[in-house]
Amino acid sequence: MYKKNIYTVLRNEQIAPKTWVMVLGGDTQYLTAPGQFVNIAVDGKYLRRPISLCDYDDHSITLLYDVVGEGTAIMSRAKVNDTFDVLTGLGNGFWIEKEYRHPLLLGGGIGVAPLLRLARDLKDAGQNPVVALGFNTSADVVLADDFEALGLETYVSTADGTRGVHGFVTDILKGLEAGSYDYYYACGPTPMLRAVAQTVPCDGQLSLDERMGCGFGACMCCSIETTRGSKRVCKEGPVFRKEELIWK
Amino acid sequence: MEMNHSHDMSVTLSGVHLDNPVIPASGCFGFGYGMSEFYDINILGSISFKGTTREARYGNSLPRVAECEAGMINSVGLQNPGIDAVIAEELPKMREVFHKPIIANISGFSIDEYVECCAKIDREEQVAIIELNVSCPNVHGGGMSFGTCCDSVAEVVREVKKVITKPLYVKLTPNVTDIVAIARSAEEAGADGLCLINTLLGMRIDIRTRRPVIANKMGGFSGPAVFPVALRMVWQVSRACSVPVIGCGGVSSASDVIEMMMAGATAVEVGAANLRDPYACKEIIESLPAEMDRLRISALRDIIGVAH
Repeated sequence: MYKKNIYTVLRNEQIAPKTWVMVLGGDTQYLTAPGQFVNIAVDGKYLRRPISLCDYDDHSITLLYDVVGEGTAIMSRAKVNDTFDVLTGLGNGFWIEKEYRHPLLLGGGIGVAPLLRLARDLKDAGQNPVVALGFNTSADVVLADDFEALGLETYVSTADGTRGVHGFVTDILKGLEAGSYDYYYACGPTPMLRAVAQTVPCDGQLSLDERMGCGFGACMCCSIETTRGSKRVCKEGPVFRKEELIWK
Repeated sequence: MEMNHSHDMSVTLSGVHLDNPVIPASGCFGFGYGMSEFYDINILGSISFKGTTREARYGNSLPRVAECEAGMINSVGLQNPGIDAVIAEELPKMREVFHKPIIANISGFSIDEYVECCAKIDREEQVAIIELNVSCPNVHGGGMSFGTCCDSVAEVVREVKKVITKPLYVKLTPNVTDIVAIARSAEEAGADGLCLINTLLGMRIDIRTRRPVIANKMGGFSGPAVFPVALRMVWQVSRACSVPVIGCGGVSSASDVIEMMMAGATAVEVGAANLRDPYACKEIIESLPAEMDRLRISALRDIIGVAH
């Protein structure tokens, strides 16, 4: 189920050179899983902005977003008590695979956001995931402290080597003992997801990022071909099983 | 304030009664059942379902969408499960949630394909009107290529009319020199009505990457920005032709519906507005009575073409 509602900005702050955190107060009854997203109407922009859930509780939604264009720039200027028209409960998020005991959480850039709530849900389910987060440079690193605060083994990589492992998320895995993980949950830019799907030797779930029209399955603008026919990233996804995805 | 409590919103398209003139446009509402998660879609006048071809089509490469000032460009490329799957799987799901006459949007790449698909869909009881899509700008060798030439429009209309019993409406492209000539040619070939406009061929370039935003480079431009173009064409065509016209293009509000009807539309399709706001049609229908009061309109059908 999904619903349109008006949400009030409770917090909207810059936390890295291009990354902001926004907390919206309002109805959260349609949110069911980390990895789902909301679609935010921005004044002056025709299409909504789809943003993954970073966290949520009974009355608020936390979103992390990069300012990458005019729409997110408008969002970044919103002040406390401003309001947004938001569609919530969109997409199918991550689901916890209970038979695996040692999951990995693999995040790249702003794709680390949906993994925070997932990490807590995994902990609540009795699993302690190893967290690997990749960024371009040390200034871009976000949420690493939050994962550590959950008591999780957390590694950071930067493409320029200014913090943690020099390289990508997949380079972090080279330093982990074989057999120390048996499943993964990944979210990040497409090149990272491709590398994860093609090199990490276990099953997993990947959250895709595609340009969307509506965000609720009507326009077919984000349809991808999968091993099980065409699927809409916004509706059947954005989270897919590794074996469903075709990498060209 | 004096209120007019009689709000007759009903209209008739070639003998098909609609409770109100508001119809989600093809490609912006799927087969309806997905949208029924938002609201009871039985408030709609009708639904024009997703453009359907003979074979299943995945459509064009991604990205398929680009944002514009007051609108959007799409290049989906007629993604659909194919006519047989539509009849076997989509229509039954549609029937569960929508109990009104529906408009079947049919596209194709050859006369034979249009004829075969129309003959099949004509037998479906729920289908009240067949909307012949000769105007999709996102496929090569089909769709729009039929709708840009008077002779090919006439030929496809004539051949399809031979095999169907339901009213045939031809959805026209605005990407032509003279839409009136195309409309007349469709009417003379036997079209029972016309629907216009489909999207305007458009393009965006990402100035950072210096490449077109859309993988297929060009796509169909729609949204509020195209409303004046659509309105002008509806006005021209409805003056030149005697068959009913469904107005489509940038309609986003009850006042847009009224303006489109004053230009000559008997009913109105709402497209891109559904994608920005899934409740767009519901909000338009619910605000029509107040708008009718404000403008002292007691029956919407009375205003069809009053601006001529």
